[in-house]
Amino acid sequence: MTPRPFRVKRTYPETEDTFTLELEPERPEEGFSFAAGQFNMLYAYGVGEVPISISGDPLKPLPLVHTTRSVGLVTEALRRLKKGDLIGVRGPFGTSWPVIPARGSDVVIVAGGIGLAPLRPALYHVLRNREEYGQIALLYGTRTPNDMLFTKELEQWRGRFDMEVGITVDRATGSWRGNVGVVTRLITRAPFDAQNTVAMVCGPEIMMRYTVMELTKRGVPEGRVYVSMERNMKCGIGLCGHCQFGPSFICKDGPVYPHDVLTPWLRRWEV
Amino acid sequence: METIEPLLAEHPIFQGIDPKYISLMVGCASNVRFNAGEFIVHDGDKDNEFYLIRHGTVALDVYSPTKGPITFLTLGPGEVMGWEWLVPPYQTQGDARALDLVRAVKIDATCLRAKFEHDHELELELLKRFVPIITERLKALTIQLLDVYAPRTHKSTF
Repeated sequence: MTPRPFRVKRTYPETEDTFTLELEPERPEEGFSFAAGQFNMLYAYGVGEVPISISGDPLKPLPLVHTTRSVGLVTEALRRLKKGDLIGVRGPFGTSWPVIPARGSDVVIVAGGIGLAPLRPALYHVLRNREEYGQIALLYGTRTPNDMLFTKELEQWRGRFDMEVGITVDRATGSWRGNVGVVTRLITRAPFDAQNTVAMVCGPEIMMRYTVMELTKRGVPEGRVYVSMERNMKCGIGLCGHCQFGPSFICKDGPVYPHDVLTPWLRRWEV
Repeated sequence: METIEPLLAEHPIFQGIDPKYISLMVGCASNVRFNAGEFIVHDGDKDNEFYLIRHGTVALDVYSPTKGPITFLTLGPGEVMGWEWLVPPYQTQGDARALDLVRAVKIDATCLRAKFEHDHELELELLKRFVPIITERLKALTIQLLDVYAPRTHKSTF
């Protein structure tokens, strides 16, 4: 439960309100490893602690990479950190994307907005082990072209012949020449064998709801659609109860769930 | 000479349709192309046609005096552009322009509506094929209007 001290190695903006932190442990001999989809509790000393997904490569866990958006006091304090500053890290916590069970299947990754950050480690994994998977599709939707994360990597992924990359924005002005419309529209066109597909979805909950509807309409079994949930995680180990969702604790039993496990609870206002 | 009949029949919107309806619609159809940047329809036009896109990308825009054209949807091969022709006053909402070379089959809606007067089965068949498209577009528009990726309006504790 005690945060480990990490030092900021590098920090840079991704978009106007999102940024990436690269962190090195003060005690490197203790090491650090994580699975794609897990999160850490990042402690801005004197301000507070927040759950942030790891956005780096599980095979190269250090420097520890986090990409997040400034939405409140703590994340704003994280955004203002400079190279050499110290922060506290607890974790990694939670469940991971099913990159191992997905071997032999087509993989469809659907990301909305900042939701690409928790999915990037899974993408790193499947691309590094490309021969173990069938078709790979990354479908990414953002608000506008300026809100896109990891633009250089998106260009590289688009240039690959062994994966499909679909990008769309909700609205566009000016010089944008790509797709405009919601990310769910990309699902109908993406090449994958629905019955033999594992889908990983992360984004705002409404976006995920419509995405799951579209994936299941296309024929992907609901139990093979995985989503990453976000709630008010505090302790990270299922003790405090802040992130309780129905019978489970998102910090411990999630954040990644097969969608059919969540179905009974998702549309209940009181949960 | 290649006729337009196979182009109609192979478009996804008419997948599985009775060939007799294709024969009925052929007289209302023409093959068209638009170069990149060319307007296909303008906001407020009397919408007396719709397009079955075969190639290229069409942007649907709303023009804002302060922001210029704002694209809210792009359509590609296999999709249909224009449904306002179904409902009076048959008037287009928004502009449509070709983002690259667009090839399409244009259907003259005035011609088609005239056929509906004598053939309600054709009308029903077309409605059954257009209503799901309109429903999907409305669903997509709802998500866009919800602006789900927008920054939170309330200050988060995070």
